[in-house]
Amino acid sequence: MKKEYVMGNGAIALGALAAGVNVVSGYPGTPSSEIIETISKYPHDGLHLEWSVNEKAAMEVAASAAYAGARTLVTMKQVGLNVASDPIMSLAYVGVKGGMVIVSADDPGPISSQTEQDTRMFAEFCRIPVFDPTSPEEAYQMIQDAFSYSEKYKTPVLFRPTTRVCHAYASIEIAESFVPHAFEGFIKDSGRWVIFPRLSFANHAMIEKRNPEIGSDFSNYDRNVITGSSKKAVFTSGVSYAYVKEYLKNYEEVRLCKIATPYPFPEQLVLKALEGVEEVLCIEELSPYIENALLKVIGANQLPIKVYGKLTGHVCLSGENSADSAAKILSSFLGTPSREDGIDLSDMPALPMRPPVLCAGCPHRASFYAVKKAMQSMPDKKSYFCGDIGCYTLGNAMPLDMVDTCLCMGAGITMAQGFHWTDPGSVCFAFVGDSTFFASGMTGVVNAIYNEADMVLCVLDNSTTAMTGHQPHPGTGKNMMGNIVDKVSIVRILEGMGVKKIEVVDPLDLEKAVNTVKECAALSGVKAIIFKSPCIAISKPSGKMKISEKCIQCKKCIREIGCPALITVDGKVTIDEGLCTGCGLCSKVCPVSAIGGDCHE
Amino acid sequence: MNKDILICGVGGQGTVLASKLIAAAAMNCGHAVHSAETIGMAQRGGSVTSHVRIGSNAYSPLIPKGSADIVLAFEPAEAVRNLPYLKKDGTIIVNSVPVKPTTESLNDTGYDGAEMLEYLKKKCGCLIIDAEKICEPFGSSRYFNVAILGAAVGSGKLGLTAEALMQEIEARVPAKFIDTNKKAFLAGLECSKCIK
Repeated sequence: MKKEYVMGNGAIALGALAAGVNVVSGYPGTPSSEIIETISKYPHDGLHLEWSVNEKAAMEVAASAAYAGARTLVTMKQVGLNVASDPIMSLAYVGVKGGMVIVSADDPGPISSQTEQDTRMFAEFCRIPVFDPTSPEEAYQMIQDAFSYSEKYKTPVLFRPTTRVCHAYASIEIAESFVPHAFEGFIKDSGRWVIFPRLSFANHAMIEKRNPEIGSDFSNYDRNVITGSSKKAVFTSGVSYAYVKEYLKNYEEVRLCKIATPYPFPEQLVLKALEGVEEVLCIEELSPYIENALLKVIGANQLPIKVYGKLTGHVCLSGENSADSAAKILSSFLGTPSREDGIDLSDMPALPMRPPVLCAGCPHRASFYAVKKAMQSMPDKKSYFCGDIGCYTLGNAMPLDMVDTCLCMGAGITMAQGFHWTDPGSVCFAFVGDSTFFASGMTGVVNAIYNEADMVLCVLDNSTTAMTGHQPHPGTGKNMMGNIVDKVSIVRILEGMGVKKIEVVDPLDLEKAVNTVKECAALSGVKAIIFKSPCIAISKPSGKMKISEKCIQCKKCIREIGCPALITVDGKVTIDEGLCTGCGLCSKVCPVSAIGGDCHE
Repeated sequence: MNKDILICGVGGQGTVLASKLIAAAAMNCGHAVHSAETIGMAQRGGSVTSHVRIGSNAYSPLIPKGSADIVLAFEPAEAVRNLPYLKKDGTIIVNSVPVKPTTESLNDTGYDGAEMLEYLKKKCGCLIIDAEKICEPFGSSRYFNVAILGAAVGSGKLGLTAEALMQEIEARVPAKFIDTNKKAFLAGLECSKCIK
């Protein structure tokens, strides 16, 4: 055994390796991305590892491997589970042979997500078990248990850490080497593996009968824990348990029940936890899941117990909990002293805001600016700018202000079409990244061609999946098995679909980029512009820009493009050399040619 | 030993390496360690924090407010932003050189960090270090992340020895940067003594 200091996501990855996982697939998404990245960094001979094109593909790859008896792991963020909802709903009916664990990382806050949805609710909707770890240490053990339960009940199971578990670090004792699980291979049996209404009917009945049995089994699962013996009890799960413990470590007599398996609800254990209890406080994040389940148990058993939590306004309905919020709620519930305050900061000065912005030198800035300039030159044309999920959502920030909508992966392409149908004379742009294009953009383009919408598709191709930490994708020519593979060409895909106007431009060649946009905006049908320039985080900077004495301090560069490397020092425009990558966009904006490259005078 | 250490700054300043070095040094001294980092949307230019919790008494991955023993701040406004985490008799070590957000350059509110430093002096025990000055011999302010560790050790509030940190620098920093990092660490250690 050896000790490793790893992130929660690393602990999940190492736990899966310890369980002998054979096939791992997933799609990047904060806070889940490091699970697959960790596996790629440890020896993993004999297992297949992939970034799939999207979560649906990942789920299906893992499903058939699990039919063959392989242990499979699928990773995604919570909104990715929506993409994979089609296969998972049906898979729940069919079941698996090898253990299949689907990690769907929730993001209370939300810190970097569109929604505050709760994977525990999804598990109940699918009728499959869900595991809810409280810490990286527990995640390492629990994911191994999840594989066992999955195999025992022949069902896929969900595993849902939250951001604070995924991104917390702890030291974990792991084996020196990992041995992949030996499996039988696929045994053909169309009565088992082909979903037909008759099979669904039979399996639905089986599942409803089975789930209470799993609930009983979970009542004896040693990660569902009851401690203390007071008349006031606290129920909690996930990272909220850590927040509750931070306060209750000084009050060990308080009855505390940690629910590690929210569905199927461990009812027998919960009834034991409720013995002699008069009042219950539920501290959990996202949905009031445990609170609702408790109310059901208490109602069905006609117990005289009051339940406080989100539904009674004692715990906040949205956003994440913290050690501080938990301490406050607990002290008022238990009548114990509140935590000592820190320094009095009531007179704190106003702090500068640091909203996330596109990096200095980011080629997306130039792409957005080119479209903006082009449309400013066509003032009689109304334009719509449909954004998408990725770094380029930040194109909405001032001064660019180039994202009118953003909904979900790939939606910008189809939403641009909706705007066309409500305002046919307008120019409708869709901005989509290269990875997002592969993940969920292609069907939208086919939809536009087939239904004859006018739109300009702008693929912001930076040759990586930047926002989530630079994962490779089908266009990069590399995969997670470490192989160099054929690059899938976006241009050829579009040609194959029948897009007649396809232009590839370097966004940093501003004049050409602007002219290309103008030309495309004037045409009808589906037009595509591939703005091709690599992400600055994976390419070498080309130098630094310099400002000469010719600068008239008009600050047009700052006002027009908002590059973080352009700052004012003592009121004078200055280039932050630590940030500048020498992309040169500012030099093309300057009205007096005061900005230039290294040899610029 | 139980110690809560909060490291804060602006994305790209090297706070993550500082937190990793502290965590590793504490672990090698036999302590239980937990930490948490800002990851995701907060890329370059955003406010970032690392919470390092040493000792077996820590449950929450993030430090509760009012309980950090020491705050290592790579930027004056970030120091003030994270002041709610500092405990009443806690210490703050702060870089005096401000990082101006793009939005400030647009609106020109004149943020220069001075007001923040004044506020810090009023509120808590603080050691102010000019990162540009202390890093001048090394050619880049990027070495500040290690210099501030030297200052933290020198302050005696970290509960870790200079040897323990130096050992981690040797183990974790790429070979060609070890020497400069060690010098930066010692410069930080030195300045914590002379300013007191």
